Amino acid sequence: MTISSLIDTPSELTDAASSKTAIVLMTRVRLARNLTGNSFPGWAKPAQREEVLAICREAVAASAPMKRSLSINIDELTDLEKQILVERHLISRELSGAKSGAGVVISRDQAFSVMINEEDHLRIQVLRSGFQLKKTWTAINELDTALEDRLDYAFSPTLGYLTACPTNLGTGMRASAMMHLPALVIASQMEKVVRAVNQLGMVVRGLFGEGSDASGSIFQISNQTTLGESEEGIIKRLGSVLNSIIEHELNARQKLLEADANKIFDKIGRAFGILQNGHVLSSSEAMNLLSLIRLGVDLGVFPDANRCVIDRLLIEAQPGHLQHAQRGEFEPGQRDLLRAMRLRGEFANFTKPNFTLSSDGPN
Amino acid sequence: MANPLKCDLCTKPATVHLTQIVNNKVHKVDLCEECAQAKGVTDPSGFSLADLLLKASLNPEPAAAGVRCEQCGFTQNDFKKQGRFGCPACYDTFSAIIEPMLDTMHKGTAHTGKVPQKALARKSLYDRLTKLETDLTEAIKSERYEDAARTRDEINQVKHTFGQKPPR
Repeated sequence: MTISSLIDTPSELTDAASSKTAIVLMTRVRLARNLTGNSFPGWAKPAQREEVLAICREAVAASAPMKRSLSINIDELTDLEKQILVERHLISRELSGAKSGAGVVISRDQAFSVMINEEDHLRIQVLRSGFQLKKTWTAINELDTALEDRLDYAFSPTLGYLTACPTNLGTGMRASAMMHLPALVIASQMEKVVRAVNQLGMVVRGLFGEGSDASGSIFQISNQTTLGESEEGIIKRLGSVLNSIIEHELNARQKLLEADANKIFDKIGRAFGILQNGHVLSSSEAMNLLSLIRLGVDLGVFPDANRCVIDRLLIEAQPGHLQHAQRGEFEPGQRDLLRAMRLRGEFANFTKPNFTLSSDGPN
Repeated sequence: MANPLKCDLCTKPATVHLTQIVNNKVHKVDLCEECAQAKGVTDPSGFSLADLLLKASLNPEPAAAGVRCEQCGFTQNDFKKQGRFGCPACYDTFSAIIEPMLDTMHKGTAHTGKVPQKALARKSLYDRLTKLETDLTEAIKSERYEDAARTRDEINQVKHTFGQKPPR
């Protein structure tokens, strides 16, 4: 499979989005693995990196989920292609900046991706739309066990899987969920949630991980520690933290509606107006507007079926995807015009908001 | 203790002794007056023992600072600069500085999760083969031909267990 056909193939994230639990957009689990007897990528000499890359690419591409996959070296990708893969969460920003001796294998449905020579020799990832922690863990566990047939992992009975950074020792696992929490943001409760979640040994980050902002009220919640607890234990604990965040978000929505429903409906209505008629939209403004429309879907202002349209647009409004759709590279200023044009097109035929349908709507 | 306590950060005698309990674990730090001032220990509100522990473990006795990983040539100074290790064997080489870090970094200090059974089984067979081959060479050198014949049979057996997969 080639990169251009992969980009044009429906992906787990953009098209399978069947988010039954509206608040969790997607679930992701990643495992860090290294080959015994080889220097970690950050310390390895170029020749060693190339050698590890070749061994890993071959082993990964031969595994069952990777039939007819894309297997490619990072230096074979254009900047735009790399950006699209980052926006789809298939490679990290760190890997996209790698010069040589790094690669990635991505399954056809884009649910599985394995980065080679990022911080560790292997960063195995499985991504599913919606709230599916256990299914995601089962899938990645199987792939990991299959790779073990061909690769000699660096492992210590006391420290577990050995990783370049000691913060990933043990299971080498980071399980995360992408959550849409607009009501907690509007009610200024996110800071409190972040603090509580931290105390439970979990971390809250923005959409693209460390250091990224949380435009669109989308947050990533994941486990902080990897040693001293089994994979199932971590998954279970994360699951219960996520459930309690969902509960808080639902309560916050209820409270906002009770306190002043018009205020919320005004935000949603204005967002709809701008998306239908705006002419200059930055990526971050578009995210925030789409986030409000998504909240509208959850509150019954728009039909449920429109949620997957919004989830697709949340990705397609980003710079890489936008430029790919327009077949060219554009300056940020031009992109804002193109983005607004694109969204005007999408929202021209969008179902009109129906504020009377919602149970607590205004009269 | 026979010698007076030394500062965890330099080698001067420690005069400031601090105990903090985090997650039911007791952490102790001993500092000289200058380091205590520099780290803001005199101002309890602006001071985190966890930070200090991590830093203390990165500034070990000068004697240990010269340690170099045999496998990859990585040194402690490299870790200070990068915050990442050089290769899997570094975890043995630098276990003295890693162990105190893990306490504050993770939920526990021992792995309780998945074990790569297949890879480990393969490694133990491979290790056994390597040892048998050394034995064989030794036996031939010292003209113990009966031992050599027995060792060779064992080698064939182990190779058979590997099946189609050649040992790596």
